[in-house]
Amino acid sequence: MNAFVALVQRDLRLAMRRKSEVLTALFFFVVVATLFPLGIGPELGVLRKIAPGILWVGALLASLLSLGRLFSADFQDGTLEQMALSATPLPVLVGAKILAHWLLSGLPLALLAPVLALQFDLDAGAMQVLVLSLLVGTPLLSLIGAVGAALTLGVRGGEVLLSLLILPLYIPALVFGSGAVEAQISGVGYAAHMSILMAMLVLAAFFGPWVCSAALRIALE
Amino acid sequence: MLSVSDLSCVRGDQTLFSGVSFDLNAGQWLHLEGSNGSGKTSLLRIVTGFTPPAHGQVCWKGRPLAETPEAFHADLLYLGHALALKDELSALENLEADAAIAGRSFVQADALAALQRLGLRGRTRLPVRVLSQGQKRRVALARLMLQAAPLWVLDEPFVALDAQAQALVADAISGHVQRGGMALFTSHQPMDLQGRGASYRLQS
Repeated sequence: MNAFVALVQRDLRLAMRRKSEVLTALFFFVVVATLFPLGIGPELGVLRKIAPGILWVGALLASLLSLGRLFSADFQDGTLEQMALSATPLPVLVGAKILAHWLLSGLPLALLAPVLALQFDLDAGAMQVLVLSLLVGTPLLSLIGAVGAALTLGVRGGEVLLSLLILPLYIPALVFGSGAVEAQISGVGYAAHMSILMAMLVLAAFFGPWVCSAALRIALE
Repeated sequence: MLSVSDLSCVRGDQTLFSGVSFDLNAGQWLHLEGSNGSGKTSLLRIVTGFTPPAHGQVCWKGRPLAETPEAFHADLLYLGHALALKDELSALENLEADAAIAGRSFVQADALAALQRLGLRGRTRLPVRVLSQGQKRRVALARLMLQAAPLWVLDEPFVALDAQAQALVADAISGHVQRGGMALFTSHQPMDLQGRGASYRLQS
């Protein structure tokens, strides 16, 4: 458990020393979410309708940006070898890295989303559901993405391969995440969508770190 | 304690080495020799459990590695070609993160003392990025003085070090072995080691 906390702290500290990486993904999210209202024009009905999808796709692409570096830095400088040789099980350490990745890339996106939602004229209730769905959805994205990052580690052209591998797997998260917001807007209630999203998160949190560490061990061979 | 029997390693369709057997008992060091490309690093990676051997077995305390990897890893200190240092962190922060990842305790005073012994006084709080190649290796080698693991597996611990630092590392290995530890390492440099030990030459 100490190793878990210490590794999260180390990754946060590293991110503070190279802030540009975190800020790039955030800025990307802001720009993408802003381009759509500018391109489509001020038709509030249309904007309200596309808002959940656009914001979710934006968050999804932004979280993909930082995934390539999730394990590659540790792989290149040998830290990953030390992690694999730790007395602490590798899945625990991998879980710490995924948590740090979410704190740095997913959580800021979820907190920023309501500000961007103003451009789409979403009402307060829909905004709440949007934040909630992103809070549950972005850790799911980090977990799925980490498996892809581990599988493509050390592969030439890994970053492109990573997007091709991971984006299709993001589809369920996207469907139920943006679906929750749409359901709230249309007055159906978001409970069903959110339950499925949470169920997927629980599954991914349980299996993700194990699958990741198996893939990392293959990369280290 | 560490026993390697009839190990062979195959890369592609080329056999790097075969029939490698040796035992390493408490209070011994083993110097692994061989020309470039003879498979020294590959052998170390098999012994540490990164790579499964094409043939043969590695046992720690009489049990095969694959059975109890976590117990083995708790007893192992591995130092590879990559130094596992983060450029943005200082030497101290790096050692702290290392200890946490290895699951061992970290005492800042000890770490400072080790870094000073390795001649890094006044540089312990600088980001590792600004240190020279040799100084970075010294930071990585400070682990030898901090982490109490019985088995050391060191890949080229003497490379890129000046004479004084080489002597310090040789001292560390000798001291470790004389306290009942074990050290398995590769090196091309001649060195002056105390305690019981032997050389093993890898032939393809």
